[in-house]
Amino acid sequence: MFKLRRRKARAGAERVIAGFRRDEERLRGFTRRALVLSGAQVGLFGVLAARMYDLQVLQADRYALLAEDNRVNMRLLPPPRGEIFDRNGEPVAVNELNYRVQVVAEQAGDVAAVLRRLAVIVPLTPDEIERVLEDVGRRRSFLPVVVAENLTWDQVASIELNAPDLPGVSIDLGYRRIYPAGIAMGHLTGYVAPPREEDLNGDPLLELPDFRMGRNGLERRYDEQMRGRAGVSQVEVNAMGRVIRELSREPGQPGRDLRLTVDTGLQAALVSLFGEESGAAVVMEAHTGYVLAMVSTPGYDPNAFIGGISQRAWQELVDNPRAPLRDKAIAGTYSPGSTFKMVVALAGLDAGVIDAQTEIYCPGFLDYGPNRFHCWKHFGHGKMNVTHAIEQSCDVFFYQTAVEMGIDKLSAYARRYGLGELTGIDLVGERAGLIPTKGWKESTLGNPWVPGDTINAGIGQGYVNCTPIQLAVMTARLVNGGYAVTPRLARPAEGETLPPPPRMDVPEIWLNWMREAMSMVVNSPSGTAYGARIPDERLAMGGKSGTAQVRRITAAERAAGIRSNDELPWQYRDHALFVAFAPVHAPRFVCSVVVEHGGGGSSKAAPIAREALLEAQRRFGTAELADAGPLAR
Amino acid sequence: MALLSSAPAPERLTVAQRLLGINWVLLLLLTGLAMVGVAMLYSAGDGSFYPWAARHAVRYAVCLVVMIGVAVIDLRLLLRLAYPVYFFVLALLIAVEVMGDIGMGAQRWIDLGIISIQPSELMKVAIVLALARYFHGCTHLDLGKLTMMIPPVLMVLVPVGLVMKQPDLGTASMVGLGAAVVFFAAGVRLWMFGVALMGLAAIIPVAWNLLHDYQRQRVLTFLEPESDPLGAGYHILQSMIALGSGGVLGRGFMQGSQSHLSFLPEKHTDFIFTMLAEEFGLVGGVALLALYMAIIAFCAAIAIRARNQFGRLLAFGIGSTFFLYAFINIAMVMGLLPVVGVPLPLISYGGTAMLTAMIGMGLVMNVYINRDFRIGRRPDEDE
Repeated sequence: MFKLRRRKARAGAERVIAGFRRDEERLRGFTRRALVLSGAQVGLFGVLAARMYDLQVLQADRYALLAEDNRVNMRLLPPPRGEIFDRNGEPVAVNELNYRVQVVAEQAGDVAAVLRRLAVIVPLTPDEIERVLEDVGRRRSFLPVVVAENLTWDQVASIELNAPDLPGVSIDLGYRRIYPAGIAMGHLTGYVAPPREEDLNGDPLLELPDFRMGRNGLERRYDEQMRGRAGVSQVEVNAMGRVIRELSREPGQPGRDLRLTVDTGLQAALVSLFGEESGAAVVMEAHTGYVLAMVSTPGYDPNAFIGGISQRAWQELVDNPRAPLRDKAIAGTYSPGSTFKMVVALAGLDAGVIDAQTEIYCPGFLDYGPNRFHCWKHFGHGKMNVTHAIEQSCDVFFYQTAVEMGIDKLSAYARRYGLGELTGIDLVGERAGLIPTKGWKESTLGNPWVPGDTINAGIGQGYVNCTPIQLAVMTARLVNGGYAVTPRLARPAEGETLPPPPRMDVPEIWLNWMREAMSMVVNSPSGTAYGARIPDERLAMGGKSGTAQVRRITAAERAAGIRSNDELPWQYRDHALFVAFAPVHAPRFVCSVVVEHGGGGSSKAAPIAREALLEAQRRFGTAELADAGPLAR
Repeated sequence: MALLSSAPAPERLTVAQRLLGINWVLLLLLTGLAMVGVAMLYSAGDGSFYPWAARHAVRYAVCLVVMIGVAVIDLRLLLRLAYPVYFFVLALLIAVEVMGDIGMGAQRWIDLGIISIQPSELMKVAIVLALARYFHGCTHLDLGKLTMMIPPVLMVLVPVGLVMKQPDLGTASMVGLGAAVVFFAAGVRLWMFGVALMGLAAIIPVAWNLLHDYQRQRVLTFLEPESDPLGAGYHILQSMIALGSGGVLGRGFMQGSQSHLSFLPEKHTDFIFTMLAEEFGLVGGVALLALYMAIIAFCAAIAIRARNQFGRLLAFGIGSTFFLYAFINIAMVMGLLPVVGVPLPLISYGGTAMLTAMIGMGLVMNVYINRDFRIGRRPDEDE
């Protein structure tokens, strides 16, 4: 029993000992392997430390720069665009504060739901909501999309108040261009619009969503000056592009304001004188070339272009046969008709083919070769000298004068009066018109010049074409004592001086004859525009009417007796023209008027010129002249 | 007899003795780590204890109690419980697969009413426990037999497959790698690892096809992060910018522009190391590595010192899992590994990960307390 127990105990002890031995083996094996693995772990941590050293010491500068790039955003501060004022400081184009509401999709979450809630405050049509959702879908989700513009103050306050219910909605403050003078000044101001693809020149300012550039008129001509220089704001942004704070700010330079020579009151008066007629007129200071009013009717309202004009409204403007988009004052070209006759007379005097005593007999026509050229007066004027020929607008006298001197001498002379070339007015889109020469006809039309062409040119018909601004410049140069003035709309900038107009070197006596003759046109009972005279002697004007045929009257029509314009469809009727100046004894203002398809110059255009000149004299007085006059005020 | 008496007498320690036997240095190191986590979460909250830092601290306190609770359990009881625990966690994993909530586009959570837990996280500890139990019962000879490897390999492959299917590539590879460490430490013959590696190489093309698109994208992005700076490569690139811009001394506590301007994604969870390295620089990063290293070294030392194979394998397996967490996370944010979504232990915000880590550490403590016990190969076979 005892033995057995001992044996049992012994066997148990042996087993335990064997177990320990086994365990010692396992322990050594385990320790070996554990140390191997631990070594590997230390090695791997070493790799991490090495990588950290690489990133944080060796490449630290590079990553610090990248972090800074991440953090700092440069924002351009769009400069306020220069504003435009008329000569009296009346606003013509100004910037108006514009509160916009915009939504950031990322912050809004369910944009459609947010818009529905927003629509309670700001009325939104389903179309508008559709548009916003489309924009949201197209853009990156952290960029704001404008929902509505021109909010009232109440709407702004209401949105701010309900901000917790309108996630992602914010108010943005911008400027909006408005044109208080509206349609009356539309062709002068032009308008502004977002830059087109081809306008982008790498200047980041142009790529700002808010940026507008001049698209027409003065806005385009003086775009560079009115644009100003953009400021830069450095802001800290987070990964969502949200601005955390501003680090620095460089304010930039606001655009230059423009002060015009134009008087908006006179401009509006001139527009109303046209009524429903389409045409153009210019009122200008004779000695400076400063434009006091320049209209083209019908016009367009530049305000309509600011928010983006609808396709339909645009199409209507384009399709209108009276061409409201064209500034007829500088880009409408018309045969000057009889308003050209002073230039022909001076050219004839200059060429020596006529003098003060020259008298030409007018039987009512001139036969030249096989052709007969009619005078407007069927039975003729009889004997005419140069002043009477202008007074009564005798065609035969000028047929004769022109054909004797030849077209090239006439053309060269007409150019001295600013015809056939750009006047250089500070607008864009001016057209040069046409003063033909022999060389011109041969090279462009391929036909030789014939004397008949010269005869037609002698009364401002045929190939001769002028713009209303050219006619105003011509008239100014005729009556201002012979100075080659250049028309101008904007007063010179601070420190800028305009060169004085060059002298034209025309004998003063010839100019006096012209002035006398133009006075007789209006003030002599036998003059063609006697009906449009200004009875008050101190304000009286001189002038010259013109009627430009739109198409040749055919022999058949002449035989059928259709000579009256009223019998023709509107678009075939003659253009009515008138050039004028006042006061007649000391000319200060000149005016040119073209009424498209208006019929006779004396009856349709002369009254407009008369009223315009009366209004100008009422506004500015008749006192001798500009330099000391209203512009210095 | 002399041999018998030289061995410590098998005795039961009282709970008080166990409590006193806790490795206080290790506890201090762990608490230090958790405090670093609180500080970083305070910074991530833009200088606020809410929403993260305060909860992190509270969770740590709770987990500390759990850890101590695990530490004072009888090691022999743990040996008996190893398989039941493993199968319980496996059951949870299957339950998630069947009825798991959808979170972050992947099924990972199980809602227990009071808390939500991620069984895949718990599996990281359970697999070590079960494998330690299995290899504890193996003789030296057994380790050379291929047939003996079938049960433990199955024990690994089933949960790995389930986690992969969730899909959670990071955790799946963590479980797999943690298990491999136990296999290796247990003394499984090296040629078997060669066979396993070849098998793995054969499976990779098949696995590639089973991966979700976003997982493939992550791997591809890892290979060339700067190819798509605003897309999937964004996170890694921003993380590297943050790290690099930290420099040697860092940009200062709460001064990291990358973190505080939201360029850094997930700065309170997976990318918290980046924020630390941005704000405290190379010095801070290396100090944290040293802290991890110290904890892992303690685990290894406890393992080597332990007198029973179960404890050795358990402590070493847990320590290595802890290492894998830290290594994969840090390597990931530095662009050395694909972004797989592994948290930084005890620092990243996240309840289950912390609980798992602390349960694991409780097991290590337990091994430390019971370091001198010798346990027979079968749990009921007492000395």
